[in-house]
Amino acid sequence: MSASAPDGARASRWRRRSVLPGFGLSLGYTIAYLSLVVLIPLAGLGIRSATLGWNEFWAIAFDPRVTSALELSFGAAMVAAIINTIFGVLVAWVLVRYKFPGRRWLDAAVDLPFALPTAVAGIALATLYAPNGPFGIALESLFGVKVGFTSFGVTMALIFVGLPFVVRTVQPVLEEIDRETEEVSATLGAGRWRTVTRVILPGMLPAILTGFALSFARGVGEYGSVIFIASNLPYVSEIAPLLIVIKLEEHNYAGATAIATIMLVISFAMLFVINLLQAWSRKWFGHE
Amino acid sequence: MQVRAENISKNYASMAALDDVSLTVQSGELVALLGPSGSGKTTLLRTIAGLETPDSGVVYFNDRDAAESRIQDRGVGFVFQHYALFKHMRVMDNIAFGLRARRKNKPKEADIKNKVMELLDLVQLSGLEKRFPSQLSGGQRQRVALARALAIEPSVLLLDEPFGALDARVRKDLRRWLREIHERTGHTTLFVTHDQEEALELADRVVVMSKGKIEQSATPDEIYDTPATPFVFSFIGESSVIPVVVGNGRATLDERLIDLQVGNLPDGPAQLFLRPEDVAMVTDGGPGIPGLVVSTRRIGGNRRVTMECGLARHRIEFDAPAEVPIANSQRLQVRIIGGRVYGAGEEGYETEKLAASATSDFKWAKAEGWLDR
Repeated sequence: MSASAPDGARASRWRRRSVLPGFGLSLGYTIAYLSLVVLIPLAGLGIRSATLGWNEFWAIAFDPRVTSALELSFGAAMVAAIINTIFGVLVAWVLVRYKFPGRRWLDAAVDLPFALPTAVAGIALATLYAPNGPFGIALESLFGVKVGFTSFGVTMALIFVGLPFVVRTVQPVLEEIDRETEEVSATLGAGRWRTVTRVILPGMLPAILTGFALSFARGVGEYGSVIFIASNLPYVSEIAPLLIVIKLEEHNYAGATAIATIMLVISFAMLFVINLLQAWSRKWFGHE
Repeated sequence: MQVRAENISKNYASMAALDDVSLTVQSGELVALLGPSGSGKTTLLRTIAGLETPDSGVVYFNDRDAAESRIQDRGVGFVFQHYALFKHMRVMDNIAFGLRARRKNKPKEADIKNKVMELLDLVQLSGLEKRFPSQLSGGQRQRVALARALAIEPSVLLLDEPFGALDARVRKDLRRWLREIHERTGHTTLFVTHDQEEALELADRVVVMSKGKIEQSATPDEIYDTPATPFVFSFIGESSVIPVVVGNGRATLDERLIDLQVGNLPDGPAQLFLRPEDVAMVTDGGPGIPGLVVSTRRIGGNRRVTMECGLARHRIEFDAPAEVPIANSQRLQVRIIGGRVYGAGEEGYETEKLAASATSDFKWAKAEGWLDR
């Protein structure tokens, strides 16, 4: 920054000369817009739940039904995000690296969970995995695993809706990866496993973390696709978003906002940690 | 380690990238593969490394068929034009990569560290071992890439346009420095380049390639002084081409005799290839070829004159001393004191149109397909 320029003293230390001016305008607009669309509604949530007072708030927060719903929501979202990260990276790899008939169709199919109304996905999954559905019967008779109406089912639905997030964030990064680095790695004597784990994956880590975070966030907030397959048994397969809806239907707005606030805080904390991890991985692996 | 490629052919989508090419690189030799892009030089290099599989032909490392071993076990140090450094690793980890990847007799971590420091010293990058590649300049990155390749003590060092992405000055420095490293370490080295200056300056032997075939394989002097084919003549150095007629063992231009040996060329049309130093201005009033000056430009201590000569107004270029004033549209007489005559059947490098203004860069650009004139 050329702070030595006479009028440089006036410029704030955030400001940088650029061929595209408009720092003030664009930042102002961004803040105003974010406030209007995100921050003010969320603040309203906080204020609304604050009308409860601490005791009532804690009573709702530690209500066993609420804690088990929160546990399920975050636990299932976490498991689903982990599974999606592993298989999403694999799907992205196959789509980027190999040419095979039907590749474009497969590529397009990855986006379907984005495009479908989540209720449709929920009904489809429920039909297949319910105890009397074809997959449900097969899984139960073969492995003794019940998918429909259990936390398994919830996780299954979250895997379904979260997959495209990982694939779509990892795919472009994979496409950018330079084949030559792999070739160098081979000439230097590294086997395939070493090349994948030491050369390719570290470069993709920030993108993988982003995909994980998106898939996780989507899983926490998911509602439509889960409620059909879960059949929402309290303490077993009832997710927190559904509990909020139930409270709303009971006109218990304060209770609903209390649960929402708890979800908000936990989600924010987790996403914040993931972001930190990402920043750390970028730095550690020399992306910046 | 002697490297021998025998009868290598490789096709890409019905186009021959390599057409029955054979090449031997002696142990400790520094050889340049020179040619325009699309000449197959990189494909040949990658085939030797094991990164490409030839359609036919065999690569021998000493007397072993290289196809018997995996790329990982061939022990080739490969350096790419765009460095291909591992971006997420520090310089020291980049260089140590090959040593750490070893399965058999993997050195101790302390020994690896010593080796890395030694190599950093060799490539003159001591003190930068903690940097990431993104914090280095292009020349530094390429030196890291070279150190990384040298770390595995390769049996052959293969470099694919190693200085192609660097600016002219750095390129010159690194060239000299690579020569020094080669002399010190004595690795059998094969490098690809499209820069003739680089090839002639650096290599013990230059292999000129065109269209998937080797045109000539010889020392830099031989390549420049006795080019085997019209292609080599025009690809190396500056050249002008004029059509001549061969009869009775002599060449004539517009029925004027040119004092040149034509060997045993059959009678008929032929082409005379000239370097700027093959043409001299006639100042003593003797016989010469008349011509009209088209343009002049200053090159170092000389003046490069472009002249139209002969009835068909062929453009040739020659050097005149800078102190002799020459103006555009001036009439001159020149004498041809060198050059080579190639038979019409021999395929040349189409330079005639370009000869007027062909600096080597321009010619190179044409060879690269940037200019399709």
